[in-house]
Amino acid sequence: MGLLRVRIGGGFFMNVKKLISRVIVYFLVIIGSISFILPFLWTVSTAFKPDEQIFLFPPKWIPEPPTLIHFKEVFEFVPFGLLYKNTVVLTLLNIAGTLFSCPLAAYAFAKLKWPGRNVLFLITLATMMLPHQVTMIPQFLIFRRLGWLNTMLPLWLPSFFGNAFNIFLLRQFFLTLPKELDDAARIDGCSFFGIFWRINLPLIIPAITTVTIFTFMGTWNNFIGPLIYVRSYNAMPLSLGLRMFQEAYSAEWGALMAASLMMILPVIIVFFLLQRYFVQGISLTGLKG
Amino acid sequence: MVKFIKNKEEIITAYICVLPWILGLGIFIIGPIIASFIFSFMDYSVVLAPRFVGLDNYKKMLVSDPLFWKSLYNTLYMTVIGVPLNIILSLSVALLLNQRLKGEAFFRTIFYLPSIVPQVAMSLLWMWILNPQVGLINYLLSLIGIEGPMWLASEKWAKPAFIIMGLWGIGGNMVIFLAGLQNVPQHLYDAATVDGANTWQKFRYVTLPMLSPTIFFVLIMGIIGTLQIFTQAYIMTAGGPMDATLFYVYHLFNKAFRDFHMGYASAMAWFLFIIIFIATTINLKLAPRWVYYESE
Repeated sequence: MGLLRVRIGGGFFMNVKKLISRVIVYFLVIIGSISFILPFLWTVSTAFKPDEQIFLFPPKWIPEPPTLIHFKEVFEFVPFGLLYKNTVVLTLLNIAGTLFSCPLAAYAFAKLKWPGRNVLFLITLATMMLPHQVTMIPQFLIFRRLGWLNTMLPLWLPSFFGNAFNIFLLRQFFLTLPKELDDAARIDGCSFFGIFWRINLPLIIPAITTVTIFTFMGTWNNFIGPLIYVRSYNAMPLSLGLRMFQEAYSAEWGALMAASLMMILPVIIVFFLLQRYFVQGISLTGLKG
Repeated sequence: MVKFIKNKEEIITAYICVLPWILGLGIFIIGPIIASFIFSFMDYSVVLAPRFVGLDNYKKMLVSDPLFWKSLYNTLYMTVIGVPLNIILSLSVALLLNQRLKGEAFFRTIFYLPSIVPQVAMSLLWMWILNPQVGLINYLLSLIGIEGPMWLASEKWAKPAFIIMGLWGIGGNMVIFLAGLQNVPQHLYDAATVDGANTWQKFRYVTLPMLSPTIFFVLIMGIIGTLQIFTQAYIMTAGGPMDATLFYVYHLFNKAFRDFHMGYASAMAWFLFIIIFIATTINLKLAPRWVYYESE
């Protein structure tokens, strides 16, 4: 189709012009891709390089021979397995908490009529504009008073009480579902909770997936939370653990890159498994915001 | 009567559904907001009981804390230079990828992947990449005969280094722009072609206006995000050299969790809220001049 139009439009010169602009576009995209992928290759290369090759200049891209020693070192320098386990546990708890609290609240905001709904929704929206730093200090003091410092509780418990952004996002999805479905179910004697569970929830699985991904990414990424609340390895996730590791072994670039790769890998795997929902989630935040 | 019972069931279900959020809102958000506001007028070191000091924290912040202004300057530098660069690059990449290329999905993945790298890992990667002696960047510069700067160890180059690192993470914005580009109706381009518009004119008079709401959104989110920059600086430079990367939230963090000046840090948090509020308001006021909404 495109070619056809070109033929009709301008003949040979148009074709050449089009070809040149195509070549330029591909050239730029390929140059860009290379510069975006180089930092990854650099990291992988360092992680598999024997120590004496890491500081060579000019650098050697292909390790000779590749070594797994740095991956072993990571587990010797810090209790990496424990950090990993903590992160996975935290992530699962946060996902469980979010999926328990947010869809229910979103359903109530979108589909049910009750006194105070609009006021509460406005307050919910308003709190989204407040920077996290405002609530950070009193939250710290609450958890300190409860004696929960140095435990994982402050890092997952709040998720069971909902999150304004997720509730807002899910509400928008519930709103797109036709009301007739609910009415029909009501006539058949279905309870409101039954409507939520059996009719509405299955229809917004894509949105639920998006929220789950956000929660996974947020927990895996969270640094300032663990930094404030956790000091010992027992309750520490990877993000802070990696920082402790770096503080103690700042020159062990091979091991540092190996540890970083192991932290990145699950995120990349989840991305490739759920690619569609990643992209959808981001464009949603962009378009509905 | 029947209707009343029906409504009652609906209301009870609703309150049960929203109960966790009402508790969460109260305990973790509204309560802390009020507490933080009160703390900002107090001297509170956690170990000693809080003492009311009126506007002292705000006065100290604005008049006698040079690091407050330094950190504000550093943060605004990142915002004013970093956010526009980020938008220009992410939009350019989106425009390139929107040309129906062969292997588009492959390229899109490559540009997107860096943006999902966790910040701590990203910081470690870039400390190594920016290593002045054997890092990737200075190696590449040496190939074209440039002797690279000290980057994170240089007062002048540390902030630019953070900006460059931020550009590696444009993937999220790129995806937002790609979605926006796909929503521009083809008939507008066809009409422009009929009118004899060239590529630049199509971009300037069709793409850009149609995309302006998306740009506006990315701009606001970018500003709010950059004003809160913390993790990278904490890990990569510890705020140095010579406080060149002591950003606002970093200073706030130090005041709260290193010096335990909870009152002062609370005042800083509220001042940050005011900055974000002003920045957003200015943007909203300027928006009608350049943001085009189809429905108007």
